[in-house]
Amino acid sequence: MALPKYTETRYRIWHYFYIAICTFVFIFLIAPLFVIFPLSFNAEEFLVFSEGMKNLDPDAFSLRWYKDMVYGTKNPWGLAAKNSFIIAIFATLGSVILGTVAALGLSSRHMPFKGIIMATLISPMIVPLIISGVAIFFFMAKAGLAATHTGIVLAHIILGTPFVVITVTATLSGFDHSVTRAAASLGSNPVNTFMKVTLPLILPGVISGGLFAFVTSFDEVVVVLFLAGLENTTIPIQMWTGLREQLSPTILAVATCLIVLSTLILISAELLRRRSERLRGINR
Amino acid sequence: MSNETKQILTTDGIPLEISLKKAERKNKIKAFLLVAPLLLFLIITYIFPIGEMFTRSIDDKMITNMLPKTFKSMETWDGKELPSEEVFASFLSDFKILVEKKEHGKLAQRLNKEKNGFNTITKKLFRQVKRNKIDETQSIKEQIMKVHKRWRNVEYWQAIKRTAPPYTSAKYLKAMDMYLNEDNKITQVSEDRRIHRILWLRTVEVAFFVTVFCFLMGYPIAHLLATLPMKYSNLLMICVLLPFWTSLLVRTASWMILLQQQGVVNDFFVLIGLVSDDNRPEMMYNKVGTYVAMTQILLPFMVLPLYSVMKTISPSLMRAGKSLGGTPFVAFWKVYFPLTIPGIGAGCLLVFILAIGYYITPALVGGASGTLISNQIAYHMKTTLDWSFASAMGLMLLGGVLVIYWLYNKLVGVDNIKLG
Repeated sequence: MALPKYTETRYRIWHYFYIAICTFVFIFLIAPLFVIFPLSFNAEEFLVFSEGMKNLDPDAFSLRWYKDMVYGTKNPWGLAAKNSFIIAIFATLGSVILGTVAALGLSSRHMPFKGIIMATLISPMIVPLIISGVAIFFFMAKAGLAATHTGIVLAHIILGTPFVVITVTATLSGFDHSVTRAAASLGSNPVNTFMKVTLPLILPGVISGGLFAFVTSFDEVVVVLFLAGLENTTIPIQMWTGLREQLSPTILAVATCLIVLSTLILISAELLRRRSERLRGINR
Repeated sequence: MSNETKQILTTDGIPLEISLKKAERKNKIKAFLLVAPLLLFLIITYIFPIGEMFTRSIDDKMITNMLPKTFKSMETWDGKELPSEEVFASFLSDFKILVEKKEHGKLAQRLNKEKNGFNTITKKLFRQVKRNKIDETQSIKEQIMKVHKRWRNVEYWQAIKRTAPPYTSAKYLKAMDMYLNEDNKITQVSEDRRIHRILWLRTVEVAFFVTVFCFLMGYPIAHLLATLPMKYSNLLMICVLLPFWTSLLVRTASWMILLQQQGVVNDFFVLIGLVSDDNRPEMMYNKVGTYVAMTQILLPFMVLPLYSVMKTISPSLMRAGKSLGGTPFVAFWKVYFPLTIPGIGAGCLLVFILAIGYYITPALVGGASGTLISNQIAYHMKTTLDWSFASAMGLMLLGGVLVIYWLYNKLVGVDNIKLG
């Protein structure tokens, strides 16, 4: 972003001001995540940087809170993590299957009432979560699914499908339908065509939609707060209770693990996006 | 005859037009069948329950079913003088059934909501009924009126009559700090009890300012990301995407650490001499905390749509503007800015809609002055169990969101929404 030599002083000043603003915003966005790292290795119970930490004294750091997270007495994190993963995996599977099939239908040019159906399918994304929470709770309570894993999985499928529908329809918009016709003319049945031709081509879109659905389910707390009983506790619920009662360093240890997880998800999402663009022939 | 010969036939001898229509219909059904499972699933588990929220929010059938005979006999009562013997008699027979079913408490509760003072007099009547003190061969009206002086007060009978309709708008009025008074007129509650209106205003205010802050911070960096060479912008994009993929609670937790009185931000302020060490400002459990945390959490939703729009704007347009004699500011304002409006619209809509339904962050960092309408909905769902009131507030919020969405669709078009 070097400025040309002939730039006037006032534009020069403006340019540096702009760079300064951008730097500030980037720090504002990313810095909060990095505060958690060092504090989660704190040897003490306080959530402030101790003198020892400021001087980089090795004794001021410890894995104490990570041990507490894993082995701590009557700690809820093990059960919460297990529940979170089970729920998120099943919710992702459900969202991906329902969402991909629906997206296939939606991107067909024969689809009737496309506008209103699309609006219905992505409505869980637009309606504020608290309202979705209330509505889903009413349904689950009536169906006898409140405080069960099944209920939470179904709720998360509702919240996750819009992401799959959107990403897969976007991928299909660049899809060359003549390949499926070619497959059909060569004698392949529709299911076989889908598995062997369409799916491999749209897979990046499907997986990135799945990642969205996974993260939605894994982070979701509003709806789960209405639905979960004691046995269905998830990581977000435990963090919510923990943060409301008392901010303990153990929560920071959990948070650090979650940041590592989200970094992994970010990397895979980025790789997929690039692969998908390459496959669709979009070069930027 | 001549018509038929003109028609083109397929090899099966069917006119081409019909055959094509048939194929078209088949394709339509096929496409619809693919969408059907998800559509059905969502309608059953999601759309219907939202509709159910509506019936629940206006439902007042409980008392209609409790006092069927009373309301029937009240139909002819003009509501000015005390009702006739017949009304009293049917009220007593309804009440006796309720006592048998042990539901008289519920009735007292419901009536007390309509008018204070019903609890006591219903209890008194219950005792009389329980001891079989009321002699049905004599005037029931006289006997009930003797139980308590309030039974002689016409206002209490008017209150009972007001509860007759099976539907009520009371919950919606309550959400706006209003109620129907004795003359069926909409009245405001006394000034010191108007809590909901404050919450609505605060919710809109917070959502509005968070959107503005997000726009002010998001626009420059989206511009930078879109104009920098790929290898730098990809690196900087991580700063936007990592928070986007990180758990909401993790980010809220880190703001709680940063903003506490002994926290990093205050440390920094002390270090640069902005505030003195023993006079650290309270930045959490108030609106400042809500604004700061929500802005950071929602910022990616502003940056991503802006970025995807800005990416498509060719840099030569700005150069053309400048070469035609515009200063960089003019070229920006007249050429670049108008082209980014779809992105601004999408970003602002997303942030505003997300912010208006926010619940978790305000509850954790907002303290008492940071509570928003969503917190109130959750409170009534989980603590007071007044589900119909929660439904009413939720639907009002939903109505607001839909209006914004509709406006946006009119102004910008929903198709411009992009996910990164």
